[in-house]
Amino acid sequence: MQYVIIGNSITSVGCIESIRKYDSQGSITVIGEENHPIYARPLISYLLQGKTDEQKMTYRDAGFYEKHSVRLLIGRKVEKIDADSQLLTLDDGSIMQYDKLLIATGSLPFIPPMKNLEEVEKKHTFLSLSDAKELEAELHPTSRVLIIGAGLIGLKCAEGILERVQSVTVVDLAGRILSSILDEEGSLRVQAHLQQAGIRFHLEDSVREFCGQEALLSSGKVVSFDILVMAVGVKPNIQLAKDAGLAVNKGILIDHTCRTSDAHIWAGGDCSEGWELLSGERRNLALLPNAYMQGESAGYSMTGNEQRFENAIAMNAIGFFGLHIITAGMYEGEDLLFTTESGYKRLFIKDNHLVGCILIGDQVSRGGIYTDLIRSRTDLRTLDFAMISEQPALMAFAQKVRSEQLGRAQ
Amino acid sequence: MKRIYVNEQWCLACHLCEYYCAYANSGLLDMVQALKDKPLHPRIQVEQKGTVSFAVNCRHCSEPLCLKSCIAGAISQKDGLIVIDQDKCVGCYSCIMACPYGALMPSESGVMQKCELCATNSHGLPVCVQGCPNQAIVYEER
Repeated sequence: MQYVIIGNSITSVGCIESIRKYDSQGSITVIGEENHPIYARPLISYLLQGKTDEQKMTYRDAGFYEKHSVRLLIGRKVEKIDADSQLLTLDDGSIMQYDKLLIATGSLPFIPPMKNLEEVEKKHTFLSLSDAKELEAELHPTSRVLIIGAGLIGLKCAEGILERVQSVTVVDLAGRILSSILDEEGSLRVQAHLQQAGIRFHLEDSVREFCGQEALLSSGKVVSFDILVMAVGVKPNIQLAKDAGLAVNKGILIDHTCRTSDAHIWAGGDCSEGWELLSGERRNLALLPNAYMQGESAGYSMTGNEQRFENAIAMNAIGFFGLHIITAGMYEGEDLLFTTESGYKRLFIKDNHLVGCILIGDQVSRGGIYTDLIRSRTDLRTLDFAMISEQPALMAFAQKVRSEQLGRAQ
Repeated sequence: MKRIYVNEQWCLACHLCEYYCAYANSGLLDMVQALKDKPLHPRIQVEQKGTVSFAVNCRHCSEPLCLKSCIAGAISQKDGLIVIDQDKCVGCYSCIMACPYGALMPSESGVMQKCELCATNSHGLPVCVQGCPNQAIVYEER
């Protein structure tokens, strides 16, 4: 059996680890475009911040590939998938055969058109280790950095470099920061915290035009900068799959076992679009836990050991300058609000089920208990909801459930 | 694999497990020196309401969501034991977001900590279990 994996990040690791639970004999080949062994991609901002280094951010130990008998080809690109003959064409013209293929090509930065962008000398995206190192090479204590995009990537970048430069200014078209994961009140709280740390914002605004080292904004404001970081968003990297004739929407369409429209090809992670639990619809969930679990599910399926991944939901854990945020699910239905001076919690309830939560600051402790209520579709009438909404605790469950939770053989 | 299990009906809410845990993971040989006048950061925590109480610590799940969610690859599974490499952890809270039991928490330094059944400290066997006066937590194969 020849397993081939295109992409060398989190989804691939999930896939390799699950394949090897059932198949120690089949050959596994990983083809990675980046010239590094696996690394923990979301740590690139921590790298710039000095909270990790390249040794520590390896995601898996140095012996990972050897231990799992994986043939690793890095710095190599797949040019074409011929699904009918189960052949790949690589960038050096070589042909590789596969029996089962996983596409885990991740996402690409989305860069909206901005006038005169091509004339900006020092511009960066912030998705890969190379991106981070290239940006780092240009940072100087006198640098003024302009970041386009107040989402997860833009703001983690801002945090990562703030202490190393003169100023960081963030521009976003949306009226509030982190609008994809927070509600209005949450956005305002986190923004206040980031401003206090020294980050400047121009929201509900966009770059109309670049003019030398100045960005002219739609509002008429002018921001002078030395370095530009484009962090508007990402888009699934689906070109290979699309060219191969696989069914795609925004991402590569997959079923609950992460199989694509082709019986010999699976996909997972940021490039894919699988079933989301709460909406019952296919969604592109470009999130690390999802990437791992899709890869894992694909690996099981590729070895003929189906393990359906049926409870994918949006979930995020992120923090800035000591203020931590956990969010999960969707923000629909009735809501319950709890605020403290240093924390904020909003729970969303629909048809006796918890469907979403936003936890900020002192409210994040044990937040996984809420995430689990959402993922497991627990009927809230089976527990003491008044208690658990105040504080996530196992005490709120019926004694029988709890003794199962704490006494069950794993 | 042997794990820690909870016998809720025997818990006295004495919190001794928390003290023993903090001591066992302090790296110090003397319990008084480890605990006196110091903030405690136990990896086992007693939940208590009215007459009901019980200790909660890592279940060492066979399908560990913390491991699958860790953005740093800092959490690993070795012969069933789930351990965290605190050098690799950046304190992002993804494991806290994922754990259905609320069994991970920040350590004194801000990176995450969890129960490792005292297999990774100098004690070798769970000290909380040894210190429990009423067998409300036990270490056994089930």
